[in-house]
Amino acid sequence: MPPFLFWSFAAFMLVFGAAVVLNRNPVASALSLVLSFLGLAALFMTLDAYFIGIIQVLVYAGAVMVLFLFIIMLLDLRVEKLRRINWLAFSGGIAVALALVVQIFYVVGNFRFARQPFPPLAQSTVDDVHNVGALLFQSYNLPFQIIGVLVLVATIGVIVLSKRDLR
Amino acid sequence: MITLGDYLLVSGLLFAIGFAGVMLRRNIIIIFMCLELMLNAANLSLVAFSRFRVDFGLPDYNAQVFVFFIIAVAAAEVAVGLAIIVALFRARQTTHVEDITSLKF
Repeated sequence: MPPFLFWSFAAFMLVFGAAVVLNRNPVASALSLVLSFLGLAALFMTLDAYFIGIIQVLVYAGAVMVLFLFIIMLLDLRVEKLRRINWLAFSGGIAVALALVVQIFYVVGNFRFARQPFPPLAQSTVDDVHNVGALLFQSYNLPFQIIGVLVLVATIGVIVLSKRDLR
Repeated sequence: MITLGDYLLVSGLLFAIGFAGVMLRRNIIIIFMCLELMLNAANLSLVAFSRFRVDFGLPDYNAQVFVFFIIAVAAAEVAVGLAIIVALFRARQTTHVEDITSLKF
Protein backbone atom coordinates (compact mmCIF):
# COMPACT_ATOMS: atom_id res chain seq x y z
CA MET A 1 0.00 0.00 0.00
CA PRO A 2 1.62 3.25 -1.08
CA PRO A 3 2.14 5.68 1.83
CA PHE A 4 0.49 8.61 0.04
CA LEU A 5 -2.81 6.69 0.02
CA PHE A 6 -2.62 6.23 3.79
CA TRP A 7 -1.79 9.88 4.39
CA SER A 8 -4.47 11.20 2.03
CA PHE A 9 -7.18 8.99 3.58
CA ALA A 10 -6.02 9.91 7.08
CA ALA A 11 -6.00 13.63 6.24
CA PHE A 12 -9.46 13.31 4.63
CA MET A 13 -10.81 11.61 7.76
CA LEU A 14 -9.24 14.10 10.18
CA VAL A 15 -10.25 17.20 8.20
CA PHE A 16 -13.89 16.14 8.03
CA GLY A 17 -13.74 15.01 11.67
CA ALA A 18 -12.66 18.51 12.59
CA ALA A 19 -15.43 19.90 10.38
CA VAL A 20 -17.96 18.01 12.54
CA VAL A 21 -16.78 20.00 15.54
CA LEU A 22 -16.33 23.34 13.79
CA ASN A 23 -19.55 23.58 11.74
CA ARG A 24 -22.34 25.61 13.32
CA ASN A 25 -25.03 24.00 11.17
CA PRO A 26 -26.01 20.52 12.48
CA VAL A 27 -26.85 19.22 8.99
CA ALA A 28 -23.38 20.18 7.74
CA SER A 29 -21.89 18.47 10.80
CA ALA A 30 -23.79 15.25 10.08
CA LEU A 31 -22.69 15.25 6.42
CA SER A 32 -19.07 15.86 7.48
CA LEU A 33 -19.42 12.88 9.80
CA VAL A 34 -20.48 10.71 6.83
CA LEU A 35 -17.37 11.75 4.88
CA SER A 36 -15.15 11.19 7.91
CA PHE A 37 -16.54 7.66 8.29
CA LEU A 38 -15.97 6.98 4.59
CA GLY A 39 -12.30 7.95 5.04
CA LEU A 40 -12.16 5.66 8.06
CA ALA A 41 -13.62 2.78 6.01
CA ALA A 42 -10.89 3.37 3.42
CA LEU A 43 -8.28 3.18 6.20
CA PHE A 44 -9.78 -0.13 7.34
CA MET A 45 -9.36 -1.42 3.78
CA THR A 46 -5.70 -0.34 3.72
CA LEU A 47 -5.33 -2.63 6.76
CA ASP A 48 -6.80 -5.59 4.79
CA ALA A 49 -9.97 -5.50 6.94
CA TYR A 50 -12.42 -5.42 4.03
CA PHE A 51 -15.35 -6.85 5.99
CA ILE A 52 -15.03 -4.23 8.73
CA GLY A 53 -14.71 -1.50 6.09
CA ILE A 54 -17.91 -2.63 4.34
CA ILE A 55 -19.73 -2.89 7.69
CA GLN A 56 -18.52 0.63 8.53
CA VAL A 57 -19.99 2.03 5.31
CA LEU A 58 -23.27 0.11 5.67
CA VAL A 59 -23.91 0.74 9.36
CA TYR A 60 -22.42 4.18 9.93
CA ALA A 61 -22.54 5.96 6.59
CA GLY A 62 -25.88 4.25 5.88
CA ALA A 63 -28.06 3.58 8.90
CA VAL A 64 -26.66 5.75 11.68
CA MET A 65 -26.28 8.85 9.51
CA VAL A 66 -29.80 8.54 8.12
CA LEU A 67 -30.98 8.39 11.75
CA PHE A 68 -28.99 11.51 12.67
CA LEU A 69 -30.20 13.49 9.65
CA PHE A 70 -33.76 12.32 10.25
CA ILE A 71 -33.68 13.50 13.86
CA ILE A 72 -32.04 16.83 12.97
CA MET A 73 -34.71 17.52 10.36
CA LEU A 74 -37.51 16.22 12.64
CA LEU A 75 -36.46 18.60 15.40
CA ASP A 76 -36.07 21.38 12.80
CA LEU A 77 -32.76 22.62 14.22
CA ARG A 78 -31.47 25.82 12.71
CA VAL A 79 -27.98 27.22 12.74
CA GLU A 80 -27.21 27.87 16.38
CA LYS A 81 -27.49 31.36 17.67
CA LEU A 82 -24.16 32.69 18.83
CA ARG A 83 -24.24 32.69 22.57
CA ARG A 84 -21.84 34.31 24.93
CA ILE A 85 -18.94 31.87 25.19
CA ASN A 86 -17.79 30.93 28.67
CA TRP A 87 -14.11 31.56 28.00
CA LEU A 88 -12.94 29.74 31.13
CA ALA A 89 -14.75 26.53 30.12
CA PHE A 90 -13.70 26.98 26.47
CA SER A 91 -9.99 27.39 27.20
CA GLY A 92 -10.18 24.59 29.77
CA GLY A 93 -11.66 22.23 27.17
CA ILE A 94 -8.97 23.17 24.61
CA ALA A 95 -6.24 22.69 27.21
CA VAL A 96 -7.50 19.22 28.20
CA ALA A 97 -7.80 18.15 24.55
CA LEU A 98 -4.26 19.43 23.79
CA ALA A 99 -2.92 17.61 26.86
CA LEU A 100 -4.55 14.44 25.50
CA VAL A 101 -2.83 14.92 22.11
CA VAL A 102 0.55 15.48 23.78
CA GLN A 103 0.11 12.35 25.89
CA ILE A 104 -0.89 10.26 22.87
CA PHE A 105 2.21 11.42 20.96
CA TYR A 106 4.39 10.68 23.98
CA VAL A 107 2.94 7.19 24.54
CA VAL A 108 3.05 6.20 20.86
CA GLY A 109 6.59 7.63 20.59
CA ASN A 110 7.75 5.40 23.43
CA PHE A 111 5.82 2.34 22.27
CA ARG A 112 8.22 -0.48 21.43
CA PHE A 113 6.40 -1.77 18.34
CA ALA A 114 5.43 1.63 16.91
CA ARG A 115 8.42 1.82 14.54
CA GLN A 116 8.02 -1.67 13.12
CA PRO A 117 6.35 -2.09 9.71
CA PHE A 118 3.38 -4.40 9.34
CA PRO A 119 4.40 -8.03 8.74
CA PRO A 120 3.43 -9.39 5.31
CA LEU A 121 0.42 -11.64 4.84
CA ALA A 122 0.62 -15.13 3.33
CA GLN A 123 -1.61 -14.19 0.40
CA SER A 124 -2.31 -10.80 -1.10
CA THR A 125 -6.08 -11.27 -0.65
CA VAL A 126 -7.49 -12.41 2.67
CA ASP A 127 -10.70 -14.40 3.10
CA ASP A 128 -11.73 -12.24 6.01
CA VAL A 129 -15.53 -12.61 5.85
CA HIS A 130 -15.05 -16.36 6.16
CA ASN A 131 -12.56 -16.04 9.02
CA VAL A 132 -14.51 -13.43 10.98
CA GLY A 133 -17.71 -15.41 10.52
CA ALA A 134 -16.13 -18.68 11.68
CA LEU A 135 -14.68 -16.99 14.76
CA LEU A 136 -17.96 -15.17 15.46
CA PHE A 137 -20.11 -18.31 15.35
CA GLN A 138 -17.63 -20.68 17.03
CA SER A 139 -15.56 -18.86 19.65
CA TYR A 140 -17.89 -15.90 20.22
CA ASN A 141 -21.28 -17.53 19.91
CA LEU A 142 -22.62 -16.47 23.33
CA PRO A 143 -21.55 -12.78 23.00
CA PHE A 144 -23.13 -12.79 19.54
CA GLN A 145 -26.45 -13.92 20.98
CA ILE A 146 -26.16 -11.38 23.79
CA ILE A 147 -25.73 -8.69 21.11
CA GLY A 148 -28.98 -9.91 19.58
CA VAL A 149 -30.77 -9.52 22.92
CA LEU A 150 -29.18 -6.08 23.32
CA VAL A 151 -30.55 -4.91 19.97
CA LEU A 152 -33.98 -6.25 20.93
CA VAL A 153 -33.82 -4.36 24.25
CA ALA A 154 -32.77 -1.20 22.39
CA THR A 155 -35.72 -1.57 20.00
CA ILE A 156 -38.18 -1.95 22.89
CA GLY A 157 -36.54 0.96 24.71
CA VAL A 158 -36.86 3.24 21.70
CA ILE A 159 -40.55 2.36 21.32
CA VAL A 160 -41.19 3.05 25.02
CA LEU A 161 -39.26 6.33 24.88
CA SER A 162 -41.08 7.66 21.84
CA LYS A 163 -44.56 7.14 23.25
CA ARG A 164 -46.41 10.39 23.73
CA ASP A 165 -46.60 10.46 27.51
CA LEU A 166 -43.61 9.21 29.47
CA ARG A 167 -45.56 8.22 32.54
CA MET B 1 6.89 2.85 4.96
CA ILE B 2 3.71 3.05 7.05
CA THR B 3 4.21 1.70 10.56
CA LEU B 4 1.86 0.76 13.37
CA GLY B 5 2.70 4.03 15.12
CA ASP B 6 1.30 6.08 12.21
CA TYR B 7 -2.06 4.35 12.48
CA LEU B 8 -2.05 4.79 16.27
CA LEU B 9 -1.28 8.51 15.92
CA VAL B 10 -4.08 9.03 13.39
CA SER B 11 -6.44 7.10 15.67
CA GLY B 12 -5.36 9.18 18.66
CA LEU B 13 -5.85 12.42 16.73
CA LEU B 14 -9.37 11.36 15.72
CA PHE B 15 -10.11 10.52 19.35
CA ALA B 16 -8.77 13.93 20.44
CA ILE B 17 -11.00 15.67 17.85
CA GLY B 18 -14.04 13.82 19.19
CA PHE B 19 -13.01 14.59 22.75
CA ALA B 20 -12.54 18.29 21.97
CA GLY B 21 -16.00 18.31 20.38
CA VAL B 22 -17.57 16.81 23.51
CA MET B 23 -15.78 19.39 25.66
CA LEU B 24 -16.42 22.45 23.50
CA ARG B 25 -19.76 22.08 21.74
CA ARG B 26 -23.05 22.83 23.50
CA ASN B 27 -25.49 21.21 21.06
CA ILE B 28 -26.40 17.77 22.39
CA ILE B 29 -26.69 16.22 18.91
CA ILE B 30 -23.17 17.40 17.97
CA ILE B 31 -21.90 15.98 21.28
CA PHE B 32 -23.49 12.68 20.32
CA MET B 33 -21.77 12.72 16.90
CA CYS B 34 -18.44 13.38 18.60
CA LEU B 35 -19.03 10.32 20.81
CA GLU B 36 -19.35 8.30 17.60
CA LEU B 37 -16.04 9.74 16.37
CA MET B 38 -14.33 8.57 19.58
CA LEU B 39 -15.78 5.05 19.27
CA ASN B 40 -14.52 4.84 15.71
CA ALA B 41 -11.06 6.04 16.68
CA ALA B 42 -10.87 3.09 19.09
CA ASN B 43 -11.99 0.80 16.25
CA LEU B 44 -9.17 2.07 14.03
CA SER B 45 -6.49 1.25 16.57
CA LEU B 46 -8.04 -2.19 17.18
CA VAL B 47 -7.95 -3.00 13.46
CA ALA B 48 -4.36 -1.71 13.21
CA PHE B 49 -3.29 -4.04 16.04
CA SER B 50 -5.20 -6.88 14.36
CA ARG B 51 -3.20 -6.35 11.15
CA PHE B 52 0.03 -6.05 13.13
CA ARG B 53 -0.34 -9.43 14.89
CA VAL B 54 0.09 -11.77 11.95
CA ASP B 55 0.36 -15.48 12.60
CA PHE B 56 0.21 -18.20 9.93
CA GLY B 57 0.05 -15.37 7.41
CA LEU B 58 -3.34 -14.16 8.65
CA PRO B 59 -4.27 -11.09 10.75
CA ASP B 60 -5.57 -11.65 14.27
CA TYR B 61 -9.31 -11.83 13.66
CA ASN B 62 -10.23 -11.67 17.36
CA ALA B 63 -9.80 -7.90 17.21
CA GLN B 64 -12.02 -7.65 14.13
CA VAL B 65 -14.77 -9.61 15.90
CA PHE B 66 -14.40 -7.15 18.77
CA VAL B 67 -14.78 -4.24 16.34
CA PHE B 68 -17.91 -5.92 14.97
CA PHE B 69 -19.36 -6.01 18.50
CA ILE B 70 -18.42 -2.37 19.10
CA ILE B 71 -20.21 -1.33 15.90
CA ALA B 72 -23.33 -3.30 16.91
CA VAL B 73 -23.39 -1.76 20.40
CA ALA B 74 -22.77 1.72 18.97
CA ALA B 75 -25.69 1.35 16.56
CA ALA B 76 -28.01 0.35 19.42
CA GLU B 77 -26.65 3.25 21.47
CA VAL B 78 -27.35 5.75 18.68
CA ALA B 79 -30.95 4.55 18.40
CA VAL B 80 -31.63 4.83 22.13
CA GLY B 81 -29.72 8.11 22.53
CA LEU B 82 -31.55 9.81 19.68
CA ALA B 83 -34.89 8.64 21.11
CA ILE B 84 -33.91 10.21 24.45
CA ILE B 85 -32.95 13.44 22.65
CA VAL B 86 -36.33 13.52 20.87
CA ALA B 87 -38.17 12.97 24.19
CA LEU B 88 -36.05 15.71 25.76
CA PHE B 89 -36.79 18.08 22.88
CA ARG B 90 -40.52 17.43 23.25
CA ALA B 91 -40.35 18.32 26.94
CA ARG B 92 -38.05 21.35 26.70
CA GLN B 93 -37.92 22.55 23.04
CA THR B 94 -34.14 22.84 23.15
CA THR B 95 -31.02 20.80 22.36
CA HIS B 96 -28.66 23.20 24.10
CA VAL B 97 -27.05 21.53 27.12
CA GLU B 98 -26.96 24.72 29.16
CA ASP B 99 -30.78 24.87 29.04
CA ILE B 100 -31.05 21.31 30.40
CA THR B 101 -29.44 21.63 33.82
CA SER B 102 -32.20 20.44 36.14
CA LEU B 103 -32.39 16.74 37.00
CA LYS B 104 -36.18 16.63 37.25
CA PHE B 105 -38.92 18.57 35.49
